[in-house]
Amino acid sequence: MIAEAGHYALVLALGLALIQSVVPIAGARRGDVALMEMACSTALAQLLFVGASFVLLTALHVTSDFSVINVFENSHSAKPLIYKVTGVWGNHEGSMLLWVAILALFGALVAAFGNNLPMSLRAHVLAVQAWIASAFYLFILLTSNPFARIAQPPIEGRDLNPILQDIGLAVHPPMLYLGYVGFSISFSFAVAALLEGRIDAAWARWVRPWTLMAWIFLTLGIAMGSYWAYYELGWGGWWFWDPVENASLMPWLAGTALLHSALVMEKRNALKVWTILLSILTFSLSLLGTFLVRSGVLTSVHAFATDPARGVFILLILCVFIGGSLSLFALRAPQLKQGGLFAPISREGALVLNNLFLTTACATVFVGTLYPLGLEVLTGDKISVGAPFFNLTFGPLFVPLLLAVPFGPMLAWKRGDLLAAAQRLTAAGIAALVALAVTWAWTRGGPVLAPLAIALAVFVIAGALSDLAERTALFRIPLSLSLRRARGLPRSAWGTAFAHAGLGVALIGIACEATWNSEYIATMKPDQTASVAGYELKLEGLTQRQGPNYRETVAQFSVSRDGEKLPAMLPSKRSFTTRGMSTTEAALLTRGASQLYLSLGDASADGGIAVRIYHKPLVLLIWWGPVLMAFGGLLSLSDRRLRVGAPKPARAARRLQAAE
Amino acid sequence: MTRKQRRLTMIGGALAVLAVAAALVLNAMRDSIVFFSTPSMAAEKQIPAGRRFRLGGLVQPGSLQRGDNLMVSFSVADGSNTLPVTYKGILPDLFREGQGVVAEGALDASGTFRADTVLAKHDETYMPKEVADALKKQGHWKDDYGNKPMQGAAKSSQETAK
Repeated sequence: MIAEAGHYALVLALGLALIQSVVPIAGARRGDVALMEMACSTALAQLLFVGASFVLLTALHVTSDFSVINVFENSHSAKPLIYKVTGVWGNHEGSMLLWVAILALFGALVAAFGNNLPMSLRAHVLAVQAWIASAFYLFILLTSNPFARIAQPPIEGRDLNPILQDIGLAVHPPMLYLGYVGFSISFSFAVAALLEGRIDAAWARWVRPWTLMAWIFLTLGIAMGSYWAYYELGWGGWWFWDPVENASLMPWLAGTALLHSALVMEKRNALKVWTILLSILTFSLSLLGTFLVRSGVLTSVHAFATDPARGVFILLILCVFIGGSLSLFALRAPQLKQGGLFAPISREGALVLNNLFLTTACATVFVGTLYPLGLEVLTGDKISVGAPFFNLTFGPLFVPLLLAVPFGPMLAWKRGDLLAAAQRLTAAGIAALVALAVTWAWTRGGPVLAPLAIALAVFVIAGALSDLAERTALFRIPLSLSLRRARGLPRSAWGTAFAHAGLGVALIGIACEATWNSEYIATMKPDQTASVAGYELKLEGLTQRQGPNYRETVAQFSVSRDGEKLPAMLPSKRSFTTRGMSTTEAALLTRGASQLYLSLGDASADGGIAVRIYHKPLVLLIWWGPVLMAFGGLLSLSDRRLRVGAPKPARAARRLQAAE
Repeated sequence: MTRKQRRLTMIGGALAVLAVAAALVLNAMRDSIVFFSTPSMAAEKQIPAGRRFRLGGLVQPGSLQRGDNLMVSFSVADGSNTLPVTYKGILPDLFREGQGVVAEGALDASGTFRADTVLAKHDETYMPKEVADALKKQGHWKDDYGNKPMQGAAKSSQETAK
């Protein structure tokens, strides 16, 4: 019954989405308020039904109803409850259901908090959302029904892929989807603006919070995925330039560009056409990511199913939406009015530079990701494009971008003074040079690149701080006055500083991890010791343990450094009987931002076990950086000028608009 | 500056950045791309020693030997040819004889493939796609290789398991 109810709810959601696709637009054409208002009710009802469908699927997983194929193939009665819940989206059908549920959530949010939008714009936006939703409901219902039953229900399930049985599955996919799907809002706004043929600075003000929200989630989702891969795969790597990772990086790069260009549009009414194009491209890249990951074109742990029908269907969705929106863009964009003028050296100019580098970097990732696929189709040659390619292309493009980051906020709108900006960045420059000298002296004869990267990172961080210092006139007026000024600064200024500093923080982590990572791989027997980067590790012994749905071999290591005893490390190797798979659970010892990383290999016949030990200096900065960026985004989002849905949005927002 | 000049500056800048990016891409394409071969294709193409490529096939049953210091040697077979492989390090969790594997490295002077990365499938029923395609092409595909549960979360590699 539950499965049928869930299926039915999904069909009803499709019906609602189809109505929402047509009626509001017809209403907007005729100026019929009632028809336009209908979009809101259908959007909310859609959320209700998709939500119900999702909850019902969760209920099936939690109660281990193996008469449903999806549950049978991805669950096991002995699986811990948390993985029963997260296993709902640890498979193709469920993850697509999560995708549409989040889409419906965003649609409902626009309906609920979009009271300050012009009525016809909101009607158009919700209609476009419904087009996307209808396509994906159809996809799920026709090719990936999560509620399909088995005629002969088995007694036990096949269990979830053990790699996915981790807390990371609870966080990474929902976060990433909130980001991916969140960009559908800016896409819908862009298409709505093109349909209406009208766009202004207010449009950017409405779009920016949604973009920012999606960007925050995508940032956190990518960072979380990276950390998950780092500790789960047992290789200690945190980014592999795998096509699936690139699929999430591309919308992030385009989305970051979009955030900045929307800023120009909001403040200066310029770059309109470009901003519209970026909105379309960002969501197109999200769709492309969904296609790459879900179609089975790529083999990866994310590619749950390789059913050609699904691949073709998603490809069709991809072509219709990307092709359609770009055609509409080509048709309508020339009619959009040109915006304000600005000199090349200005805040706008800096943001254009930011966009230029971000989109170019995005394009190189695009080429590296899709070139192997294209080549295989055209010539049949199978190639792989790995880290070296991206290091050689993406790296050099990011260096000038990072150099320019501190200058941006220092330049005035419309016409900036580069010399004055440089003067204000003197302190940051000196800090960078000091960092360069110190790391250089410290690692004399070591790699050249790392000190330079660290100096660049310090420049970015110090530049962000200088901006705050400038704005609060720190050290030039009494401290108490500066503090008062700091409190008075708009939150978005703080947000900018945090986000830019986060970039530098991540870069320090990346440079240190890549350069000074020490590694020790050997077979160890009990009572043997290994020393890595000043740490002494002694294998005390191996024990067997029985977990809920696996058996594991745990190795106890005692760790000490300079005679100081540190907490023991317990890496393990789990073997999951149902799937006949084993996973490696690495043990991590965190000291400051550095980590000692220990993972196990195979046991040898003579009682030894292969171990991998890494010391990764400042590795945690790689993820603290994105967290800082997301925090900066959150601060900007809470800026009152941007607030999405304050309780009394309509009047408050209108007053603000009038005031500005 | 007039509007036109400003626009030209901007377009010029954009083109310059794009040109640099294109140059970077072409340059990187030349050096950092790795082709995939099966043992037969490797024999046919006579890949010179030292050129990196990805070798895919099945681990020949009975060929796996573990030496000291985590040295391993095994043979990769595709039905018509086999190629000896050596590797130093820890093999992936699901590396097994008789099953699909992809190794990255280069041939040495003696014709042995020295792998620096070994990628195995990450699911009990999954076969790396390149390997499956190559086997199918040569007619060595057995149906049960691909007989995986509808959604065996596929993983070709530990390294790329993402």
